[in-house]
Amino acid sequence: MSDSNKQAIAHYRNNFLKEVEDHVEDGEWVRMCMQCGVCAGSCPFGPHWEHSPQKIFMMIRAGKREEVLSSDSMWMCTSCYNCIVRCPRKLPITHIMHGLAHYAHRLGIAPKGQPTREIARLFWVNLARTGRVNELKFSLAMYFKDGFVQGIKNALAMQGIGIGLMKARRLNPMELLGGHKCKDKDGIHKMIAKAREIEERKQKFV
Amino acid sequence: MWVWQRRTKLKKRQYAFYPGCSSQKGASASNFATSIEVMCEKLGIQLNEIPDWNCCGASIGYGEGGLLPRLVINARNLALAEQHLPGQDMVSGCPACWLSTRETAEKLHESSDLLAGANEALKEAGLNFKGTVRARHIVEVLVEDVGFADMKAQVVKPLEGMKIAGYVGCQTNRPFGIAGESFENPQYLDKMIETVGAEPASGYEQKVTCCGGALAFSEPDKSQKQIRDIVESAYDHGAEMIVTPCQLCQANVEIYQSEINKKQGTKLAMPVVYYSQLMTVAYGGSLKQAGLNGHIIQPEKLKQIASRQK
Repeated sequence: MSDSNKQAIAHYRNNFLKEVEDHVEDGEWVRMCMQCGVCAGSCPFGPHWEHSPQKIFMMIRAGKREEVLSSDSMWMCTSCYNCIVRCPRKLPITHIMHGLAHYAHRLGIAPKGQPTREIARLFWVNLARTGRVNELKFSLAMYFKDGFVQGIKNALAMQGIGIGLMKARRLNPMELLGGHKCKDKDGIHKMIAKAREIEERKQKFV
Repeated sequence: MWVWQRRTKLKKRQYAFYPGCSSQKGASASNFATSIEVMCEKLGIQLNEIPDWNCCGASIGYGEGGLLPRLVINARNLALAEQHLPGQDMVSGCPACWLSTRETAEKLHESSDLLAGANEALKEAGLNFKGTVRARHIVEVLVEDVGFADMKAQVVKPLEGMKIAGYVGCQTNRPFGIAGESFENPQYLDKMIETVGAEPASGYEQKVTCCGGALAFSEPDKSQKQIRDIVESAYDHGAEMIVTPCQLCQANVEIYQSEINKKQGTKLAMPVVYYSQLMTVAYGGSLKQAGLNGHIIQPEKLKQIASRQK
């Protein structure tokens, strides 16, 4: 178990709702849910969530910490924002789901190898390196996330699409050698590091 | 001649432009970037690129990025626009860029604590954000600043006889959307289709369905089910083409049709283009100016119209 996870458990004991309110983006909205279920019925990936957002809100209030944070449900969010615009109580549901997923990821208790968790990590690493996303390197990183052999298989399975995109000039093989980047890459690195430092300072379990 | 040029240049509406990663040369929406040039020229829109802009973090930046780092990368773009292009609205063509930037501008406006944190981090890159920039989408510029009448006035080659399914998708429509439009059945894209002389596929019920977004990569089967519905409904309503304002919708819906065909034995081959490509062709732009050489599924009829002399 990670240190921050242990600290969180020790600090909040059984008050998971308080923990979510203190540490999850827009977590203070969780107690506003009236359990109508519109979010659950509006989600394009609804059938694939082990626990719908409606259920997650109730589980948070019932103190089901482990079940919520280790669930892969929140990682099913496609960021379509249907739930946000339909919620009669105006809960920023999409943001809360993102916030829960990030919190679980940061504590190290999100499901290992969850594909969306993994591509989200790769995407951020990719953009933070130069300030801009390198689509080719990002695609290759995704294909090879489960090892070299699987990576070759994935790349071969997608080669038709890759060649099609290259012919349409929407994928440039030269991007592998460098590609688009920001001039003030160093400033961006320092800026992101500072933002992380401030966020961690605020997130201390005291 | 010089005076005339200067005058027309002065008359143009000026915007701070945030192209976004996918619109760069050789990237997945590079043909979108090409296709807005003629459109903007004809409509008197001057897009001034924000110097050294960076990625917005897109829809999945939250996973690793969390809140403040995600807001800060967007605040950098806002601060650059504020500093280098003062007084201009910041405009983006990509819904994810627009959403992230607008969300950041609003969150920093509402919370002095977040604004202070963002500025402490921005200082590391020698920047400061005062909060004076408005983040907008190009479609807002077209609908609100230019208007349908002026959009129509530029049409020299109406796209007569074409039936097109207007696929708005998610993030151009939610959570912010275009002012005055409904989240469930927005009308502006159908109106734009009419404006260029084509017929919108009325009753296209997949208009605001999610294509899977970034999860097209991580959850391909679940996303491809969405994409199949979006394409099949366009066929059912007699459309010969889908048009969308979103770069990720365009890529997902066009690219994965061949995968769906391979796995499920379907024969999907529905072209997917941007509204700006329709407008460029209708405004007399060439096939190349409309970025029509940037497709995997060829929009043949649109290409024919583009190649035709008048």
